[in-house]
Amino acid sequence: MDDIEDIMRMDKEKLAAPIKTIEEKWKLLPAFLKVKGLVKQHIDSFNFFINVEIKNIMKANDKILSDADPNFYMKYLNIYVGMPDVEEGFNITKPISPHECRLRDMTYSAPITVDIEYTRGNQRIVRNNLPIGRMPIMLRSSNCVLNGKSPAEMAKLNECPMDPGGYFITRGTEKVILIQEQLSKNRMIVDTDTGRNRSIECSVTSSTHERKSKTYVSTKHEKFYLRHNTFTEDIPVAIAFKAMGMECDQEIVQMIGSEEEILTSVAPCLEECHRAQVFTQLQALQYIGQRVRQRRVWGGSKKTKVDEAREALHDIVLAHVPVVEWNFKLKAAYLALMVRRVILAKGEQVKGDDRDYYGNKRLELAGQLLSLLFEDLFKKFNSELKRIADMTIPKPRAAQFDIIKHMRQDQITNGLVNAISTLVAMRVMSILMSPPSPLSVSVKPGTSSKTNAISTGNWSIKRFKMERAGVTQVLSRLSFISALGMMTRISSQFEKTRKVSGPRSLQPSQWGMLCPSDTPEGEACGLVKNLALMTHITTDMEEDPIIRLAFNLGVEDIQLLSGEEMTSSRVYLVFLNGNILGVIRDHKKLVRTFRLMRRSGYISEFVSVCTNHTHKCVYISTDGGRLCRPYIIVQKGQPLVKQRHIEELTQGFRSFDDFLKEGLVEYLDVNEENDCMISLYESGITRETTHLEIEPFTILGVCAGLIPYPHHNQSPRNTYQCAMGKQAMGTIGYNQRNRIDTLMYLLCYPQAPLVKSKTIELIHFDKLPAGQNATVAVMSFSGYDIEDALVLNKASLDRGFGRCLVYRKQACTLKRYTNQSFDKVMGPMVDASTHKPIWKHEALDSDGICSPGERMENRQVLVNKWMPTVTMNPIQQSPTTQGPPQGPEYREVPITYKGAEACYIEKVLISSNPEEAFLIKILQRQTRRPEIGDKFSSRHGQKGVCGLIVPQEDMPFTDLGICPDIIMNPHGYPSRMTVGKLMELLGSKAGVLEGKFHYGTAFGGDKVCDLSEDLVKHGFNYLGKDFVTSGITGEPLEAYIFFGPIYYQKLKHMVLDKMHARAKGPRAVLTRQPTEGRSRDGGLRLGEMERDCLIGYGARQVYQT
Amino acid sequence: MNISEDTRTRVTLNEHGVDNVHSTDFPGEYPDFDDAWDFKKFKKNFRIDMIKMNDDELEFDMVGIDAAIANAFRRILLAEVPTMAIEKVHIYNNTSIIQDEVLAHRLGLIPIKADPRLFEYKSEGEDFSPEDTIIFQLKVKCTKNSQAKDTTDPDEMYKDHKVTTKHLKWIPMKGQDTIFKEGDLRPVNDDILIAKLRPGQEIDIRVFCNKGIGKDHAKFSPVATASYRLLPEIYLKSPVTGALAEKLQSCFSPGVIVIDTENGNKVARVANARKDTCSREVFRHDNLKDLVELKKVRDHFIFSVESTGILPPDILVEEAIKVLMKKCQDFILN
Repeated sequence: MDDIEDIMRMDKEKLAAPIKTIEEKWKLLPAFLKVKGLVKQHIDSFNFFINVEIKNIMKANDKILSDADPNFYMKYLNIYVGMPDVEEGFNITKPISPHECRLRDMTYSAPITVDIEYTRGNQRIVRNNLPIGRMPIMLRSSNCVLNGKSPAEMAKLNECPMDPGGYFITRGTEKVILIQEQLSKNRMIVDTDTGRNRSIECSVTSSTHERKSKTYVSTKHEKFYLRHNTFTEDIPVAIAFKAMGMECDQEIVQMIGSEEEILTSVAPCLEECHRAQVFTQLQALQYIGQRVRQRRVWGGSKKTKVDEAREALHDIVLAHVPVVEWNFKLKAAYLALMVRRVILAKGEQVKGDDRDYYGNKRLELAGQLLSLLFEDLFKKFNSELKRIADMTIPKPRAAQFDIIKHMRQDQITNGLVNAISTLVAMRVMSILMSPPSPLSVSVKPGTSSKTNAISTGNWSIKRFKMERAGVTQVLSRLSFISALGMMTRISSQFEKTRKVSGPRSLQPSQWGMLCPSDTPEGEACGLVKNLALMTHITTDMEEDPIIRLAFNLGVEDIQLLSGEEMTSSRVYLVFLNGNILGVIRDHKKLVRTFRLMRRSGYISEFVSVCTNHTHKCVYISTDGGRLCRPYIIVQKGQPLVKQRHIEELTQGFRSFDDFLKEGLVEYLDVNEENDCMISLYESGITRETTHLEIEPFTILGVCAGLIPYPHHNQSPRNTYQCAMGKQAMGTIGYNQRNRIDTLMYLLCYPQAPLVKSKTIELIHFDKLPAGQNATVAVMSFSGYDIEDALVLNKASLDRGFGRCLVYRKQACTLKRYTNQSFDKVMGPMVDASTHKPIWKHEALDSDGICSPGERMENRQVLVNKWMPTVTMNPIQQSPTTQGPPQGPEYREVPITYKGAEACYIEKVLISSNPEEAFLIKILQRQTRRPEIGDKFSSRHGQKGVCGLIVPQEDMPFTDLGICPDIIMNPHGYPSRMTVGKLMELLGSKAGVLEGKFHYGTAFGGDKVCDLSEDLVKHGFNYLGKDFVTSGITGEPLEAYIFFGPIYYQKLKHMVLDKMHARAKGPRAVLTRQPTEGRSRDGGLRLGEMERDCLIGYGARQVYQT
Repeated sequence: MNISEDTRTRVTLNEHGVDNVHSTDFPGEYPDFDDAWDFKKFKKNFRIDMIKMNDDELEFDMVGIDAAIANAFRRILLAEVPTMAIEKVHIYNNTSIIQDEVLAHRLGLIPIKADPRLFEYKSEGEDFSPEDTIIFQLKVKCTKNSQAKDTTDPDEMYKDHKVTTKHLKWIPMKGQDTIFKEGDLRPVNDDILIAKLRPGQEIDIRVFCNKGIGKDHAKFSPVATASYRLLPEIYLKSPVTGALAEKLQSCFSPGVIVIDTENGNKVARVANARKDTCSREVFRHDNLKDLVELKKVRDHFIFSVESTGILPPDILVEEAIKVLMKKCQDFILN
């Protein structure tokens, strides 16, 4: 009660004074981004995997024993992931940089080494640092060479300091493992109206290291059933309880709840049990045993039905609930709670859970996906070793069996590399989405992958059912933003074809965690999402200290309680990661103490505690994949972060972690946010407020952060810009000129936008921009500007506006073949009469590869490569011709340039790839000036093609003699309602006049009236409208023209890459019809409607040929 | 001024639009006024006043002429007065970071100080001749400065790391050295940055300048810009006094309105309407809105010509007039 006394002591004026705003608290943001956020979650997750999780996986599978020799064993002592290197033959390795991997088409990977102890004969041997495979290394992770490097050191390694990292390089391509969104594991979800009969059911997806399975409690005819894939039919819950050892009906009812309505709901179930003549545990087990789906047990002793049922209940049903020493109490309590939830949902006292609610979701990152994959491969590796041991030991041999001779490194390496590099990777499917079928039986690991394939033919299931889908994608390097945007992308497991709006629509719980604007249009709309600026994704944490703490704080262990005490209305159940821990009487105190402990740093900052009053539960979560974000803590109506803290931060005396440690700022996950009162601004703080938002613009993501004044735009416009920002040309990194990419678009003269936002500065878009500030006149001109077309000033184009560079790669390898023949590169062919190279070979150097700086035209040769005609069989020495052995015959396979426009050779790379073949990469360059049909866009989702290019003298001009670069039709505004664009123009114009950058940050930014005052100060109109004279007539225009700079992006879609026409041309061999597609110079169909036009025009003869 | 006089000679600036923008001086347009073109009348009314001139800029008034003619001068200045500019670039070596095409483009935009009247247009397909071509050489190699130590400033660390227009060296063609002196043919500015180099990088280039016009490429345009505006006029419909007068003053550019003190009263007076930038700020104030009329004189063009420095601006105007006269002659003859 001392806070009331505090207030009493305060004088009244002080009480009434508004809470002072903390100036520049956005400065917490760059501090946050230094330690967490954006791509850090990828890196954190991978670091966790290679430093912690991999050791756990090893510990869980650390012994290999042989059936053939009881004395034989092999034990893993430790496992390490090293630093990336490359093997250059004979065990010589050398450290490698990521850029070398990109250029030489190699995999950026590090050796996985183990320490082992094993027996050879009767000797016990310890071997250290034995390689078992290679692990692809995520860039900027703890084991990457870039970790902790300064920008200057990065430059030495040919790496861009702005590059986010967080991706892999496999076989020369950059691959991202997208963040996967799925329903949380081990949590009860009550679904109202599911299935055909719209019944209520409660489901749990159990997930442990050993198995994943889904258990349901469903209703049928007012009775409750336990449903699981191992059972051929639904088991009445009462029988399930009896099988778990709760033979007494009273016990069952007490556990579910002894309220009146629950009693009435449970009664039919008990009755059913009696009718089935099940009274004892044995009878129940027999009943269930009859309904257990036959597992193909291969070898081993036949088990009785009862044992089978018991094992199914023990291992498979609700697998995540631990059963110690066959004591089913915890599991029974869990099942009882499921039944209770269903009953409550049925009585409409409690609503069902929302599947789309973000607190019920977990995000899976690269580290988790890789650990799953590695675990599988590691187990396979071990079972392979066991198989070899079993086979080899019994055979009499001269040398003793030495298991390390049989360790094959390629198995793990290829498994990992293939998963990342072949576009499709393994993914765990939530098994139980599909109806029960023999396909979804989980099978014990290791024992039976071979068996399954044999017994059923075409399907092979490892531990879990794995599905292939586009989990990894090639990192798009079209622009810096597209690369960064890809790192924050989240893909959902939902099928794209299903026509449901729920998962696609914006969920209120996404606030602050996911960007509300950044999602693609069309089929993936709302399913592919992007992280907001301040979101962090947690990694797994240890549970034990939390359990101990909870018990110390008065949680009573469920094992010690009877059913009645569990369901008492005076207690709250305490859950830890979905498992029942116990009950607590004073839940408020528990939650408060937990939060206090977290704020003072005794437990991890990512532990979340929240109460659910409808469930009467306290949920504690420490699991990985939860979304969370930092907030300023508010106590007694005062934010704890004060001005002096921010000052210390700017002076560099403080870091973000200090804020966390001192308990000024804390992370809240989605569930805990529900328990809090969060104020957006200081002015909104009341007595109840618990937290204060750091900066409102952080609810947007990276792509939406580029938009100036997005809060003034119609929301779909921001979404369009998010998609288009990724197609804008500009700069892609400081190392762009060292890269050899298949396709790279650069802008000749990129500019930083005149109207910036805080996000732009945070992600350094102003250092790697993609666009130019164009002077725009909003007026109609010439009629070539309808439908969003733009009119461009020819003189601006002459001076370099929108000029871009297109880089393209051509690569070839010179191979060696099995018959000792090999590819070769020949010098240019010389014309006999002129002694000059023939036209096709004009660009070739004497070594047969084109030289840098050379101009290439269509069908000229880049590399004059020759290939032996016979590559498979040994070359036959024909017996007739005696004499010196002849070389193999060769045929010409030149690499030629294809393209309508000429290009220049930028650079040639000659290297070797990991297969020791020569690798030749040629980078071609084209400079393009904007032409009619090229696509441009502003930052407000207003795209348009160039409709006309007008000479400068025809362009309208202002009193100052300024001509616009772009004329834009005013009809683009009313229907699109992009007010932000108008504001951007004012901001840019004022900025240009004042000589400074203005801010258009979301939910803030410079005010329009201030900008307009600046305009007036410099003699311009308040509204930004200028008096303009027509360049054609020389007379003034009747209207004032809205005139000023707007940041314009040139998009990658250019006419040159798309135009296509043909009269005669190639035909398909089989059908003799014209080929299809532009790339094959295909035909264009003159369709029905075109035919109608010709006939209508009276040119029927044209058609009749 | 009566209404017809007003619509005939003035452009009116309203709050939301401009009135009377088109010239109406056609014979018979107004019943009481003979608008037929008459040379004597034109001669009497037409005048050119030089206002300001320096090396690069020229401001002059052209009064008593139709917008079409004035606009023609502007258009010709922008697009049809020829100059010399770099047209062909032979790259022997370019190991700099900048791409060959971009380098060539940058070079093209450099204004070359050479009197275009002394050169001829190069005809298509013919070789460069001393009559139509100027050749420059750009040969720069960046080296490390061995004296520099303990510095991160590239200016000190490297020699010749900035390639500027001063590195362009004129190579006289046959006979050109007798006509031109050293320094006659050079880039206008010698501090335009062309490229940046790092030690070991080299540019070895020969560039060829030809005569051309701005219509073909903006690089041939002799002006940075050439434009005109109409002379503004401000009428106070009724006397503006006191605080309102000060407010009025603040609505215009400095110097447009002065405040006189008459019997201790502040009275606003239009001193120099020419200085006004037509920001139309008065229309934002409801109490001033109706006291003021903003107009522009339809046939009073305030020209501003900014030369790139190749030719003095007055010569440019002269050349522009010559081009127009030539056009007229061609038109008459054909």
